[in-house]
Amino acid sequence: MTAKILVVDDDPAVAEMTGIVLRGDGFEPVFCDHGDRALEVFRAENPDVVLLDLMLPGKSGIDICRELRAESGVPIIMLTAKSDTVDVVLGLESGADDYIPKPFKPRELIARVRARLRRNDNAVPAIVRIADLEIDVTGHRVTRNGEVIQLTPLEFDVLVTLARNPGQVFSREVLLEDVWGYRHAADTRLVNVHVQRLRAKIEKDPENPEIIVTVRGVGYKAGPAQ
Amino acid sequence: MRAGPRAVGLMLTVPLRRVWLWWTHSLSLRVVSSTLLVGLVSVAALGAYVTNEIRDGLVDKRVGRILAESARDVTAAQEQVNASTAESEGDLQQLVNDVLESLGVVGGDTRGLVLLPDPSNTSDIPILVGTSDLELVGVISRELRDAVEPGGGQFWQFAQMPDGAPAAVVGAPLDIGNAGPYELYFVYSLEPEQDTLSLILRVLAFGAFALVGLVLFMTWFVTAQAVRPVRAAAQVAQRLAEGSLTERMTVKGNDEIATLATTFNEMAESLQRQISRMERLSRLQRRFVSDVSHELRTPLTTIRMASDVLFDARGGFPPEVARSAELLANQLDRFEDLLADLLEISRIDAGAAQLDFEQHDLADIVRDQMELMAFAAQGQGVELRLWVAEGDHTASMDRPRVSRIVRNLLSNAIEHAQGGPVDVGVASTGRTVAVVVRDYGVGLTPQQVERVFDRFWRADPARARTMGGTGLGLSIAREDAKLHDGSLEAWGREGEGAAFRLMLPRTSRGLGIRPPLPIEIEADAFPELGARVPIVMSEVSR
Repeated sequence: MTAKILVVDDDPAVAEMTGIVLRGDGFEPVFCDHGDRALEVFRAENPDVVLLDLMLPGKSGIDICRELRAESGVPIIMLTAKSDTVDVVLGLESGADDYIPKPFKPRELIARVRARLRRNDNAVPAIVRIADLEIDVTGHRVTRNGEVIQLTPLEFDVLVTLARNPGQVFSREVLLEDVWGYRHAADTRLVNVHVQRLRAKIEKDPENPEIIVTVRGVGYKAGPAQ
Repeated sequence: MRAGPRAVGLMLTVPLRRVWLWWTHSLSLRVVSSTLLVGLVSVAALGAYVTNEIRDGLVDKRVGRILAESARDVTAAQEQVNASTAESEGDLQQLVNDVLESLGVVGGDTRGLVLLPDPSNTSDIPILVGTSDLELVGVISRELRDAVEPGGGQFWQFAQMPDGAPAAVVGAPLDIGNAGPYELYFVYSLEPEQDTLSLILRVLAFGAFALVGLVLFMTWFVTAQAVRPVRAAAQVAQRLAEGSLTERMTVKGNDEIATLATTFNEMAESLQRQISRMERLSRLQRRFVSDVSHELRTPLTTIRMASDVLFDARGGFPPEVARSAELLANQLDRFEDLLADLLEISRIDAGAAQLDFEQHDLADIVRDQMELMAFAAQGQGVELRLWVAEGDHTASMDRPRVSRIVRNLLSNAIEHAQGGPVDVGVASTGRTVAVVVRDYGVGLTPQQVERVFDRFWRADPARARTMGGTGLGLSIAREDAKLHDGSLEAWGREGEGAAFRLMLPRTSRGLGIRPPLPIEIEADAFPELGARVPIVMSEVSR
């Protein structure tokens, strides 16, 4: 089955060119050129990945991102012409999984999309326990005392990567490589923002995390199983 | 552990310096202590003068009275002796007793009497002088005894009573007929005078201390009155400097302090206006940069992707079209680098650069960058050598920016090394971490050193640009160093190579005075610096 990619960009040339590149790699692109219609198209097409431009006519990319996240865990990759810190962080905080600054190379785009489509489902063991959480890797479910915690696929990937090796410290760079698929040093803010979001969902007290512990100056590690 | 001379010196100078600092930092303290010093000195001088005068007055008067009294009594005693007809030993003894008794009656208890035979007395009639106060003999000095001679006049001297009280001793000769010449001494205690003097001194001292205290209090009060508004102004100025531009002083009354406050507020007003204007300009420029960035990048995104699609498919093109696709792709890379650098420079110029500070080890960053550059260096036949001094080289820094500085310095060195080695040294002091990148290639003249950080400046415009580079790399590197409150300097000598030194402060306390590394450093100095760290060629750099 070919993966369906929704490209939300108002510039027809960029959209068309992105389409050519995606099609060239065997994806099926669908398009939307207006912010107000993005959600509508998303519901109609149900894509596997959303490529979202931040500067759009009508509703802004940030708002769309927030609304998409409210109803779906679909991987969202921001396409941003601004690499200013504020925009990137704002985008990530509103729920985007990754971002690609414009202009980007086709190979880079494809690598990012593939990383988001990749699943941890060939992994063993299928059930990982950490603290009082039970992670069903195959079923893509996280439960605490039988109660399901909703995580996006990316947050799930971060958690599983850390939980498989409890106590092992992962640097931000290693996480970028394992989870996001970057082959060399990239923006470590990606990791910071998503770890914060993940903590907000799984930690009892996100201010004093026990499941995902920060190792100062190095990175993160998962706390021991209880 | 034995303290070295330096440690002892420190032990002495540190408290002194602390006192000095305290002294130079408080105006009130300085004024009050100066007043205290001057007050004490003048009160002491005045007190000494007054005490002296009073004592002289008191004593002189008393001594005058004593001398008159004793002269009169000696004359009376001599007359009594002369009028007597006593010749026998018993009669003479009786006479002396009578004389001493009558002298005692006249003088009362305030003086002691001592009758002593003159040393020249050869009479064989012994007179018992037991009725005089013989315990006072010790008070009379030899000097005085020598001065008193038969037929001579009256002499006097200050002395000390056996109990330590001050005394005046008056001596005069007394001729006792057959019994020969005798000396009569009156010992007057000056204790009442001393008591009076002590009382006066106590009163004076109390008065002096009260006066000094009062003056100190007044000085402190007045200084405080003058210093308080100055302190308030300093506080307001500090808050202004910290950025709260709406801060103002309160204007009270109509005096000099009020004028200070008014002028200060006018200055603050003008500052606020200027800064708001600059902020608006900076905001506009930032906005412009952001807009340009967006407007340029959107078409560039399409061009980039199209060019890469063409490049990937060039195998199926006729040779000239394939080569065109290659050129397009390569030049697009250069164009993108240039655009990125331009935008970065304007962002820095607009004051819109944002730094993300974290603790990093400079040696790690340098090694990472060298490993990334190793492949490119090998292509130029350049050997990269890293020397790291012992110890910890961590500092608070924005990793991407510092990496970019190091990358720029390395690519610059590799490009100008002319196939020679490039030495990189990392060292640090308590406050500063530093890296020096040294090549032994074409070098730089002093004029070139001055211009090397200028934008788009090239040492030799005719030279081939092997490493690419936008001409903005070193300018951006220097701006990045400045954003860290650090420094980036260049050194060079024609034909001998060039060196660039980056220094970053460990904390916000700024760079120390002593640089961890000299900027002018020769190849043989690097091994002395520290251990050589092997560079493993990074896979990504291939």
